[in-house]
Amino acid sequence: MLIIPCPWCGARDESEFAYGGEADIVRPPAEVSDAAWAEYLYVRDNPRGKNRELWFHRDGCFQWFVLERDTATNECLSAHRIDPPGEEG
Amino acid sequence: MTFRSRFSAFALARNALTGHRNWQAQWRSPEPKAAYDAIVIGGGGHGLATAYYLAKNHGLSNVAVLEKGWLGGGNTGRNTTIIRSNYFFPESTRFYDLALRLYENLAHELNYNIMFSPRGVLTLAFTRHDIEFQRRWVNAIQMTGVDSEWLTPAQIGRCVPAMAIEGGRFPVRGGFLQKRGGIARHDAVAWAYARAADALGVDIIQNCEVTGIASKSGRVTGVETSRGAIRAKKVAIAVAGHSSRLAELAGFRLPLESVTLQAFVSEPIKPVLDLVIMAGHVHVYLSQSDKGELVIGGGTDAYPSFTQRGSYPSVEQTVAAMLTLFPSFSALKMMRQWGGIVDISPDRSAIIDRTPIDNLYINCGWGTGGFKAIPAGGWATAHLMATGEHHALSAPFGLGRFARGILIDEGAAAGVAH
Ligand SMILES: Cc1cc2nc3c(=O)[nH]c(=O)nc-3n(C[C@H](O)[C@H](O)[C@H](O)COP(=O)(O)OP(=O)(O)OC[C@H]3O[C@@H](n4cnc5c(N)ncnc54)[C@H](O)[C@@H]3O)c2cc1C
Ligand SMILES: [Zn+2]
Repeated sequence: MLIIPCPWCGARDESEFAYGGEADIVRPPAEVSDAAWAEYLYVRDNPRGKNRELWFHRDGCFQWFVLERDTATNECLSAHRIDPPGEEG
Repeated sequence: MTFRSRFSAFALARNALTGHRNWQAQWRSPEPKAAYDAIVIGGGGHGLATAYYLAKNHGLSNVAVLEKGWLGGGNTGRNTTIIRSNYFFPESTRFYDLALRLYENLAHELNYNIMFSPRGVLTLAFTRHDIEFQRRWVNAIQMTGVDSEWLTPAQIGRCVPAMAIEGGRFPVRGGFLQKRGGIARHDAVAWAYARAADALGVDIIQNCEVTGIASKSGRVTGVETSRGAIRAKKVAIAVAGHSSRLAELAGFRLPLESVTLQAFVSEPIKPVLDLVIMAGHVHVYLSQSDKGELVIGGGTDAYPSFTQRGSYPSVEQTVAAMLTLFPSFSALKMMRQWGGIVDISPDRSAIIDRTPIDNLYINCGWGTGGFKAIPAGGWATAHLMATGEHHALSAPFGLGRFARGILIDEGAAAGVAH
């Protein structure tokens, strides 16, 4: 059982959350090759070790956030709020 | 070629007389040579079958299988062994039916009792949508010439008296049966291919982890291992949940995520279930082993992991689903629980292909359902390695399908894919 430190609600059971894929995947500009588009849609780092992931607190605050987690041990390392657009920093 | 005495009733009797002390080792354990014509990374079912068919079908016997742990210690020895060919899309149905046909004769071909038991696989429908889709599914399979038949709730009740057809949270509203489907002994499949490949001259090398992939001018030249560098003209990667790691060593990325899939085994009980039951809507599948244990599986964990342990919510969900169908199983104790790291592709279909490095091939993406595919996966990967061209049956499973948008979306079609 993961205990996930939601940056808004604090530590909660994994069953309250939904995994949303690797963080930091950048959508390419509209005009790209099929290969680059497929890379964006489907190809993943899938690291064994430290991973930056998007999680959604489905049964809590309903916020998306970034979780740093070690996929080799399942240890949750840190969680970060995602700033709304235009309010970075 | 090495001399291998055949397994037979006579050999069993002869060895019983000497207290079973004189059985020959099933394969040699040679030191790695400096160079091979072909190296297969991964001693699971797909890697071992690839090596066997390279030798058997293509006459390539200067081949090594490199396994970081023990044979079948990955997903092959951890799976719930459901074998069926009733996939939805014709590309899959044809491919998995080749695997099933090879399984049907495998014990004879490899002279090894793999305990293939074609007892029938029953997929259950719980909602109107399940019924509509599954009836279409039955038709799709029959169009490809593969056996499949629709059963009513009353017929299902007669086949599986222990199951609650009515009265559960989700009443059973029908289902479809593939009679040729069933289960087999997982370790035996790995050992059978290893023994047969060894007899054809293939070196089976355990405790040998690949730590690097060497290439020159875009062409593979060998591998680095925990037991030194080994040169090779051709290399195949068949490492399931570890495929992204091996790809990283070779400098490319794959459309895969590695997640844990768990299974459980109950205490043994008297015969109560003679079909394999698949219940995608509630998400559990189970069969009863020859020892009497129930072998139970469910959905994958919800996030990537390499831990081989598994999360508790998946356990709870799987057990709850089983008890809706079989309330009487609530009295059973679970004996063992484990996890394997499965390689999930975006469309839940496998990948067999060349890679950006010349003469480096990949066999992966089997995810939660590649045990049933082992004979065909090895057969097709060997064909691609030996001839440089896909066989027509594996061509649809190339990496190019993602950029071309020709997915084989079994994930969307079937839900449960074991
Ligand atoms: C719990 C569970 C239930 C399942 N149930 C079913 C089912 O009912 N029916 C079905 O059809 N499928 C099922 N599957 C899926 C099936 O087990 C797999 O798809 C299949 O076994 C994959 O075989 P493989 O040879 O590709 O991989 P594996 O058997 O995992 O073999 C890969 C091997 O590569 C080795 N390796 C990894 N990295 C390296 C390295 N660097 N160097 C050397 N060796 C390395 C590993 O040690 C491993 O032995 C299930 C899987 C699990 C986990
Ligand atoms: Zn929250």
